[in-house]
Amino acid sequence: MIIAEAKPNSELLEMVSDCSKVLVVGCKGCVTVCNVGGAKEVGVLAATLKIARRRQGRTIAVDEVTLERQCDPEYVDEIKDRIGDYDAVISIACGVGPQFLSERYPSARVFPGVNTKFMGGAVAHGVWEERCAGCGQCVIHNFGGICPIARCSKSLQNGPCGGSDHGKCEISKDVDCIWDVIVRKMMSQGRLDELLKFRPPKSWTTSRDGGPRKMIREELRI
Amino acid sequence: MSEFKSGSNLEKVLRAGHFAFTGECGPPTGANVEALKKKAAYLKGMVDAVNITDNQTAVVRMPSWAASLIVMQEGVEPNFQMVCRDRNRLAAQSDVLGIYAHGIRNMLCLSGDHQKFGNHPDAKNVYDIDSMQLIHTVKTMRDEGKFLNGQDIDVPPKIFIGAASNPFAEPFEYRVHRLAKKIAAGADFVQTQCIYNMDRFREFMKQAVDMGLHEKCYILPGVTPMKSVGMALYMSRSVPGMDVPEDLIKRLRGAGKGKVAEEGIRFALEQIEEFKEMEGVAGVHLMAIEWEHRVPEIAERAGMLPRPSV
Ligand code: SF4
Ligand code: SF4
Repeated sequence: MIIAEAKPNSELLEMVSDCSKVLVVGCKGCVTVCNVGGAKEVGVLAATLKIARRRQGRTIAVDEVTLERQCDPEYVDEIKDRIGDYDAVISIACGVGPQFLSERYPSARVFPGVNTKFMGGAVAHGVWEERCAGCGQCVIHNFGGICPIARCSKSLQNGPCGGSDHGKCEISKDVDCIWDVIVRKMMSQGRLDELLKFRPPKSWTTSRDGGPRKMIREELRI
Repeated sequence: MSEFKSGSNLEKVLRAGHFAFTGECGPPTGANVEALKKKAAYLKGMVDAVNITDNQTAVVRMPSWAASLIVMQEGVEPNFQMVCRDRNRLAAQSDVLGIYAHGIRNMLCLSGDHQKFGNHPDAKNVYDIDSMQLIHTVKTMRDEGKFLNGQDIDVPPKIFIGAASNPFAEPFEYRVHRLAKKIAAGADFVQTQCIYNMDRFREFMKQAVDMGLHEKCYILPGVTPMKSVGMALYMSRSVPGMDVPEDLIKRLRGAGKGKVAEEGIRFALEQIEEFKEMEGVAGVHLMAIEWEHRVPEIAERAGMLPRPSV
């Protein structure tokens, strides 16, 4: 799923400093699962904004709504009758949400309430890790089912580099060297030969380097 | 192998069977040509080629190609280093043509330290291709006269291709295999990370020799004399992939005040003596970091002078 983290309250307050009526929009998708943009967090943010404003000696009206998904026009449509009532909208969905909102409602001022971080999952309660960089041409089967594009700091396809140190990446003792994991796994499976195969330069045309991406599946179009 | 791959001095020295001696020089953090010339003067005639580092430790410096040209004018053969951190495949291939056009014949292909270490940690990195792929790219350009896209090159660059190897980075068992992979990708010579743990290096070399790697590629272990106990501790604790045995630190400590640097040089000299005899070792790469002025003395005491003219 997509992992996001809340923006600092101070940044959000600054964003809406000239607003007196705001709608906070949550999403029941990924951001609910990673505890940053679901109905609960919408409530917390609304309360926080009101309290902080009161401390500044001003008031702000904050309404709450949590959509099934913000990355789907069908659900974004659900707020069409009320969006005009607000000075601003804060979306606490991933980066897709506020953009779908501002595309659907061109006259609304839409602010992002979270920082969208990466595609990954929870490895423990409260700990999320990146797994995929969306390169558009998955090759993890060549690396023991582990992605060096997203998980090696240098996206090496013929790693590890000389900075790999006791299982840690050269960038930090808190970051695992994923090539260490790949090598150990492949060796334990007796697949050293595969690792010794030269991996030629990757085509990045399917990744962001090829320009903004779009996908069309004719059989699904109506 | 009758024809030279590049005709560089380093290639000729190695091919003639001499025990090669290479040095290293970091370009200035500015356009201080005089400082660079001064460093080059210390190295001239002392080594067969000098590695010119490429924004090493991700700190912005005069580019490797520019500094290479300057040391070349000073009569020192450069070994141009290129890292994959700062250039995509277009820039990398273009730079290879550029350095060759200006007479540079040696090149060391590296992935490069992550920018997080350097003085522009906010930078975006490139890593379009990795060091293995860079080696292969340069080899394809040289031997097949083709760019990565398969297009013909109008006058292919004849480069003596170098690679780096860290015999100590984990997982240790895989290291010699990765070296083999680099050689298969096209490395003509290999310079290793600074060696301090001789036991482990002996084991690594034995594996390399058993696999016949020394017959396909010239292997030059890296030597960096320790200047102080502080440097040894720093290397051991803070430089990823560096293996500094406790014994060496003890030995340096035991040298006493004012004598640590001499002890560091002595250890380096002992290493060089052993490398001269070690099967599969074709030379030594001396990385006297910011210590270029001591190179003549080290070269002399190591019995490396005069350098062969080939
Ligand atoms: S190879 Fe590409 S698609 Fe597959 S996990 Fe890695 S980044 Fe994602
Ligand atoms: S230390 Fe490992 S994870 Fe980090 S850049 Fe090198 S190979 Fe990649």
